[in-house]
Amino acid sequence: MTSNPVFLVVIGGLLVNNFVLSQFLGICPFLGVSKKLGSAAGMSLAVLFVMLLATAATHPVYYYLLLPYDLAYLRTIVFILIIAALVQLVEMVLRKFVPPLYKALGIYLPLITTNCAVLGVTILNIDSSYSFGMSMINSLGAGLGFLLAMVLFAGVRERLEQADIPPTLKGLPITLIAASLVSVSFLGFQGLFGL
Amino acid sequence: MHPILLAILIVAGIGLLCGLLLAVASRLFAVRQDEKTVQLRAVLPGANCGACGYSGCDGYAAAMAKGEAAPGLCTPGGAETAAACGRLLGVEAHAEIKTCLVRCGGCAQVAGKKADYQGVPTCAAAAQFFGGDKLCAYGCLGYGDCAAVCPYGAIKIVDGLCTVDPSLCRACGQCVKTCPKHLLAIVPGSTRGVVRCASHAKGPVVLKACSKGCIGCRKCTKVCPQGAVTVEDFLASIDPEKCIGCGECAKACPNGCITIFG
Repeated sequence: MTSNPVFLVVIGGLLVNNFVLSQFLGICPFLGVSKKLGSAAGMSLAVLFVMLLATAATHPVYYYLLLPYDLAYLRTIVFILIIAALVQLVEMVLRKFVPPLYKALGIYLPLITTNCAVLGVTILNIDSSYSFGMSMINSLGAGLGFLLAMVLFAGVRERLEQADIPPTLKGLPITLIAASLVSVSFLGFQGLFGL
Repeated sequence: MHPILLAILIVAGIGLLCGLLLAVASRLFAVRQDEKTVQLRAVLPGANCGACGYSGCDGYAAAMAKGEAAPGLCTPGGAETAAACGRLLGVEAHAEIKTCLVRCGGCAQVAGKKADYQGVPTCAAAAQFFGGDKLCAYGCLGYGDCAAVCPYGAIKIVDGLCTVDPSLCRACGQCVKTCPKHLLAIVPGSTRGVVRCASHAKGPVVLKACSKGCIGCRKCTKVCPQGAVTVEDFLASIDPEKCIGCGECAKACPNGCITIFG
């Protein structure tokens, strides 16, 4: 099982190369929406969905439009354009069909547009020259890793709310310290299954 | 074709495609909102405090637009908001001015402590340890859960006692829900006499715990010209309907636990 590439890619995205805690992508929502477990999970699911959608859209655009015309250097700007449009679409769909989630996510939903984790996963898929199927699996792993990091950290922050914190560290400072500790703990996964 | 021209064409093409897709989607997934709801929501304060009994300003606006809720339930908005909502709905609206008061006068100087509590500094946590660190089982713990929850900054902890600034209080009732000792109450703004004690303990027990507690001596009931003061379970209470604010009870009270407002 450990030689199965699908398994390795998912575990890689989930634990070893966790997008938030090992590669430090998507820190904005990680710090911004992790105050409550519910909205953290909702945000992560939205990011996971956008990641899959973005990969599905950018992969063919890169291989069938940009590469044949020697426009690979434009991929960042084209990917941002596609991701922005997709996020707008997701926002409209959520507003229509899941208004409570739309309200809970608030400003962070449009912020997925500039979430570097989404752009990161699409670009890393290209850099790793994954096939379309593997790209989708890698995006799933990355999205699940984002979900895991958000849920874990939301649990930490809910406990921080109850803790007796020195006044100078209250708010963002203690959140950053807690984030770094959670990140250090994920270093323990380095080298798992030879990844 | 010139490579730069090609790049421009392809990126512009992708942009145009995305734009068209969004244009179609915005038509397809458009959310129809009641115009009246939007207007009503605009005049509400937006504090989402829940004083009206709905899940927030959005919920209240929707209920008003449907005709299920009366205008004037929004206490934070007061008379202005009630009038504005009434105008939109085409009905007369009356908003009663309300305020919040604390039924405890046991500040650090008058109320004794039974323990040195060093746990999580919230009333909710302190109340779980044998009802808190105060000798009086009914009194204000003074860790400021109410002050933390007040969206208007109207509550301060002064000398270990919750103190409400009536000029800032909008009677949203958030503190009432939060206080683990149920010491805060939303009352009509016209309330005059208030017993600032919530202890149902017998006289000697009260006196050991706090020098400002109600011991149920009934002196106030005897002097009240309106018969507004009653004592039940060793605790006096004043009927705001009957009270005229003459202040006789406050003068008669041996422990000074009655305050006259206004």
